[in-house]
Amino acid sequence: MNKIKSILSALCIGLIAAATPVLAAEAGPEIKKEPWSFAGLFGTYDQNQLQRGFQVFREVCSSCHGARLIAFRNLSESGGPEFTEGQVKALAAEYSIADISAEGGTRTAVPADRWPSPFANDLEAAEANGGIAPPDLSVMAKARNTSQPFPWWLLNYVTPYAEGGPDYIHALLTGYEDEVPEGTHNSDGTPFELPEGKYYNHYFPGHAIGMPPPLSDGLVTYAEAENGTAVPMTVDQYSRDFAAFAMWMAEPHLVARKESGLQVMVFLIVLAGIMYVVKRRLWAKVEH
Amino acid sequence: MAHESSYVPGNAVEKWVDERLPIVRFAKEHLVDFPTPKNLNYWWTFGGILAFMLVVQIVTGIILAMHYTPHVAMAFDSVEHIRRDVNGGRIIQAVHAVGASMFFFAVYIHMFRGLYFGSYKAPREILWILGVLLFVLMVTTAFMGYVLPWGQMSFWAATVITNIVAAIPVVGDPILQLLRGGFAVDNATLNRFFSLHYLLPFVIAAVVGLHVWALHIPGNNNPVGVDVKSTRDTVPFHPYYTMKDLFAIVVFCIPFAWFVFFAPDLLGHADNYIMANSQVTPAHIVPEWYFLPFYAILRAIDFNILFIDSKLGGVIFFAGSLLVLFFVPWLDTSKVRSGSFRPVFKWFYWLFIVNFVMLAYLGASAADGNVLGIPVADFSKICTVYYFAYFIVILPLLGRFEVPRPLPPSISESVLKHDAAHAAQATH
Repeated sequence: MNKIKSILSALCIGLIAAATPVLAAEAGPEIKKEPWSFAGLFGTYDQNQLQRGFQVFREVCSSCHGARLIAFRNLSESGGPEFTEGQVKALAAEYSIADISAEGGTRTAVPADRWPSPFANDLEAAEANGGIAPPDLSVMAKARNTSQPFPWWLLNYVTPYAEGGPDYIHALLTGYEDEVPEGTHNSDGTPFELPEGKYYNHYFPGHAIGMPPPLSDGLVTYAEAENGTAVPMTVDQYSRDFAAFAMWMAEPHLVARKESGLQVMVFLIVLAGIMYVVKRRLWAKVEH
Repeated sequence: MAHESSYVPGNAVEKWVDERLPIVRFAKEHLVDFPTPKNLNYWWTFGGILAFMLVVQIVTGIILAMHYTPHVAMAFDSVEHIRRDVNGGRIIQAVHAVGASMFFFAVYIHMFRGLYFGSYKAPREILWILGVLLFVLMVTTAFMGYVLPWGQMSFWAATVITNIVAAIPVVGDPILQLLRGGFAVDNATLNRFFSLHYLLPFVIAAVVGLHVWALHIPGNNNPVGVDVKSTRDTVPFHPYYTMKDLFAIVVFCIPFAWFVFFAPDLLGHADNYIMANSQVTPAHIVPEWYFLPFYAILRAIDFNILFIDSKLGGVIFFAGSLLVLFFVPWLDTSKVRSGSFRPVFKWFYWLFIVNFVMLAYLGASAADGNVLGIPVADFSKICTVYYFAYFIVILPLLGRFEVPRPLPPSISESVLKHDAAHAAQATH
C-alpha cells in the first residue's frame, strides 16, 4: 500500500513537471510527427539529407534569411553535413564578408567566418520584405514547437520527443494553399480574410504568412547518386531535407550529445545497481 | 539530541589542531556519528539530493559565468556560443538549465514530505521556517536566472513579474524602477539580475548551513513521528545514511541525465530560442513549470475586493500563498506529527497534492480556455480557495476534531511490529 502511494505521489509531482506545454489557442490542423533520423536515443543525422538540406538553404532560404550563428567551418565538422575541408574552403571563397579592417570594407570569406546575412541590417531586411525582417534561421528548429492534446504530450517525456521544431518547419513549408479554403474562420468566429500581400498557410499561427511559398517541385536540382538512384525533387522532400538541416544548425552537436548520453545512462544504471547492493548489505544488520 | 563527541585526536598534530579549531571533531560529530532515526524512508533522501543539486548548480553556474556576456545585444548569442564553441559547454549549459527543474522537483518532494510527516512541528519550527525561506530564495534565484539567456520568454517573464510590484500602493512604482534599473526591462535589468543571480546561491548555501544546524539540534523527524527514545532507535549518519543518500542521488541522476542528454529543451519553452524583442509579445507568456501553481493563484484573482483592485488582490494572494507556509507550524494544531496516524488528515493531504497539480495545469492553460469543461478562471478560483483553506481552516480544525490512531511507543517497536506484520503476511 505504501509503495503504491509513493508511486502515485511521485507521479503527481511528475505531472506538474509535465504541465509545461501551452495549450494551442490557434488550433490549426494537428502537426504530424515525422520519422526523423535524428529522433530518439540512437538518432543520428543523415549526412546526405543534411547536404541536400544545405543545398535548399543555400539556393532558396538564404536569399532572405540569415544564419548568423553558423560558421562555414561548421559544415565540415563531424556529426553534420561533413563536407570536406576543401569543399568548405571553396564554398567560403564564393562569399564576401563585410570587414572594416579590409581594403574596401569587404574581403573574401574564410571557413572561420559566419554565414553572411543577405541584408546589411534588420531595417534593410524589413524594407525589402514587406515591413518585417525574415527571422534568422540558426536556432529556428528549436524556436518553434508543436503541441499535443492532453494526455498525449505526457508521452513526449518518455519517448523523448524533441523534434517539434523540424515537424513544424516541414508542416509550414508544405502547408501553403493557393486560395483560402472555404469556411475558414478566425478564432472569434468571423470569416477569415487574407490581408493584402499575405499568403495562406494551414500551420502558421493566424494563417496569414508574409513569406511567399518558397519551394516548388523541381526548384532545386539534387545531384544523382553514383548508382543512379535519385531523391525526389518535390516540395515535401525539400521541406523534409531543410527541416533536418535546420535542426542541425540549431543542434550541431546532437549526435555527440546522444552518444555520450547513452554511455552516461549505462554508467548511471550500473552504478545505481552497485550502490543498491552495497546499501542493502550495509543495512542488512539493522532492523529498519 | 545532544551527544558526547567520540572524537579522539590520533596524534600530536591532530590534538594541536583540535585545541585551536576543533573542525575535525565538528565534522565527526555532525557528518559521521550524528545519531539518525533508523526508520527514515526514501522520501528523506531528498535533503541530500537537494544539497547535491545546489552544488551542481553552483559549479555549472560559475563555469557558465566565465563565458556568458550580460548585455542585451550579446547575451542570447553568448549562450549559443557556450552551446556551440565552449568545450563541454553544451553539457554544462544543459545541466544548469535542466538542473533548475530537477532542483525544484526535489524541493517540492522535500516540502510535501515535511507536510505529510509533520516535520514542521515542535521542536522543528525554525528548521521549517528556514526551509520556506530557502524555497523563496530558490524561486527568486531561478526567476532571475531564467532572464539571463535573454530570449522572448526571459524578457516577457521579467516584464510581467517585475510588474507585480507596481500593484503595491504608494511605493510600488519606485520599487519597480529600482528592480528594473529604469522604466522598462533593459540592459540595466539584465545586469542586476546577473549580479543577483550570482549572489543568491551563496546566500542559499549560507541558509542551508543554518537549516542543517537547526536540524541537528532536535535531530531528524521520522515516518512514525515519535521522538527518539534511546540509542536503539538510531544509527550513525555515516555510513548508513551517507550510503543511502548516495544511492538515492545516483538514481535521481538517471532522469536528470535523460533530459540533459536526450531532450535538454523539453522542460523549457521554444519561444526562449527567439531573441528578446520588446516590440513583439509572445502569444502565451507562461512561466517555467515550477512556478505554475503560484502563477495560477496570481491569475485567479481577476475581480476587485472592496477597495483592493484585482491586480493588487492577485499579488496579495500570490505572496500569501508563500507566506502562509511560514505559519504552518502554528496552524496545524494536531499533536500527532506523522500523517500515517491521522486517518482524516490523509484525505485532505492527498486532495491538497491533487489540487496543487491542478493549479500547475491551470497555470499553463490559456486564461480564456476550459479544463475538464470548466472555465480556467473559475477552476483556478476553486483551487486557490482549497490551497488556502487547507492551511487556514482544515489544519487548525483537524487537530481539534480528528481522533488519531494510537502511536507506537518507540521507533524500534514500530519497526519490529512492521517486520512482524510482514512476516505474518509472508506465512499466510
